[in-house]
Amino acid sequence: MSTTPTETRSRSGVEVRLEDLRKVYSGVTALDGLSLTIGQGELVALLGPSGCGKTTALRLVAGLEEANGGRVVIGGQDVTNLGANKRQIGMVFQAYSLFPHMTAAQNLEFGMQLHKVDVEERRRRALEMLDLVGLSPHANKYASQMSGGQQQRVALARALAIQPKVLLLDEPLSALDARVRARLRDEIRRVQLEVGITTLFVTHDQEEALAIADRVGVMNKGRIEQLGPPTAIYSRPATPFVAEFVGLTNRLSGNVRNGEVEVRGARLPLVKPDTADGPAIALIRPEAVSLASDGDASGGPLVGTVIAVSFLGATSRVTVDLGDVVVLAQMPTSQASDNPAGSRVRLTLRPDPVLIARDEKPAAEA
Amino acid sequence: MSRRAKLQIFRVIVFVLMGAFFLTPLIAMFEFSTRGNSETAPRTLEAWATIFQTPDMVDAITASLQLAAITSIAMLVLLLPTMVWVRLRLPGLNRIVEFICLLPLTVPAIALVVGLRPIYVWININLTDSILALAFAYVVLVLPYAYRSLDAGLAAIDIKTLSEAARSLGAGWLTVMWRVIVPNMSSAILNACLLSVALVLGEYTVANLLGFENLQVAIAYVGLVSAGTSVAVALASLVFAFLLLMVISFFGRRRTPSLTAAATDPQYLTAGQRT
Repeated sequence: MSTTPTETRSRSGVEVRLEDLRKVYSGVTALDGLSLTIGQGELVALLGPSGCGKTTALRLVAGLEEANGGRVVIGGQDVTNLGANKRQIGMVFQAYSLFPHMTAAQNLEFGMQLHKVDVEERRRRALEMLDLVGLSPHANKYASQMSGGQQQRVALARALAIQPKVLLLDEPLSALDARVRARLRDEIRRVQLEVGITTLFVTHDQEEALAIADRVGVMNKGRIEQLGPPTAIYSRPATPFVAEFVGLTNRLSGNVRNGEVEVRGARLPLVKPDTADGPAIALIRPEAVSLASDGDASGGPLVGTVIAVSFLGATSRVTVDLGDVVVLAQMPTSQASDNPAGSRVRLTLRPDPVLIARDEKPAAEA
Repeated sequence: MSRRAKLQIFRVIVFVLMGAFFLTPLIAMFEFSTRGNSETAPRTLEAWATIFQTPDMVDAITASLQLAAITSIAMLVLLLPTMVWVRLRLPGLNRIVEFICLLPLTVPAIALVVGLRPIYVWININLTDSILALAFAYVVLVLPYAYRSLDAGLAAIDIKTLSEAARSLGAGWLTVMWRVIVPNMSSAILNACLLSVALVLGEYTVANLLGFENLQVAIAYVGLVSAGTSVAVALASLVFAFLLLMVISFFGRRRTPSLTAAATDPQYLTAGQRT
């Protein structure tokens, strides 16, 4: 791990623009006018459920699919009609994609050879890239001799070895186990920052997207519902879909009046103060629900019974039955352990801005 | 006696029985081909010696070898890119291609020849002139076997991801085919070739009906004149085909990358040890 990728570190990424991209598969709209600009050296994650069009968007940038409309502009050049092999992109796939008949080093050299890099430079750069992902001792190994995480790291090094303009990551961690996934996620971010390459990362895992990206685009039905920094996506979701897809949400019935919503006696501010008055469903994060023992004077007005406590490590999630609805509360484990299942508790709703969903039934909670 | 020992004995018995089943006819053929002219005559290799004194026989062997090579190459050129393209771009056509490739199994040789004749007349190929006329027919005949072999090879690798990875690295379709797909399917391609060669070397009906003299047709003709020579040629052709397939197989397998060879590449070994 001694080599420093000085050459790559000094490079800066290019801007990538997706303009009104449309894609239809056999009458089904996969992308419905997607527009997105990724700044130089920025990492944008597209997050969404299966079938929302995120992978299609990435494949259109890669040139692996042809758009039915719109443009893809990489570094100021319109590449919409260029083949995948002429776009100078690096891509890491969801499935393991190392060429099985080549060693790790040969995999890295493959792309450089196609880009007419001379032998000495190829070898030097292959080692440098393997060093970057901490795998130079594995240069002579075949894919079958490496673990899944190692294979994906070599695939990342291979994608970067051709010095692409853009790095595309198509759910590269989804085939890995949780521990390796978290480690590799951080490693991808480290390498991306070190190389300074513009990156589009596609995932259905919200934790992954929020942890790694400069900005997250939450997609639904072929469109981006909200694009913004991870904190904004989580704490100020623009739509009920975003609120419910990113993180857990309690859905409590309430009444909107004068730019606030009244939920079970608590008056909470709104993310969108101009919401029309009337009955509504308030979407409240579990961490905005605090909990105290029934006898505690500081407890809130809502009284319920703990029916389950889920240990998540530093925090725990407590499920409380209020009689007519079930509410989730998330808090430090030490606090949650004071209220085991069966105990009576009092809930307080923290006055964080909440989002309103009007078109859904109030019965379904959490 | 332990279960393992019993299993071992069972294996040996099966091996001996199967060996006897396959070798007995060959030994009988050899025995027949070395008989003299009468019951009391001594053993002789005269029938074997006459094989190479028959000019038609040498020509027939050459023709069969040419046919085997042309058929194998034509089959690969036709079938491999088609199957890869269908898998990557037109997966809906997979069933249709499979059906077409398996169809020759159900077509009798005589029907194939009757169908081919007017086509050759129409495209103005004189049947007696070009060996290609027979090679075309053989390409059709080997399709079912070659398809099965190549299909198994394609199923064994994630062809879509590998080809997309290669494309993203800058490879054109020819490079994808030649440097990524073919090396990862070398066993399947080799098996398809072996089956094609075996079928062509043993084919009699179509060649005879189309008026070509390949190895099997020549053996049949010789058999009319001298039963001993005919059996000698048949046995020789079996041994020859066996050796040929062994050689093809040996060289084919040698192309598979050697793990140990690559693992000791000094360029990267040094790098690996450095960290």
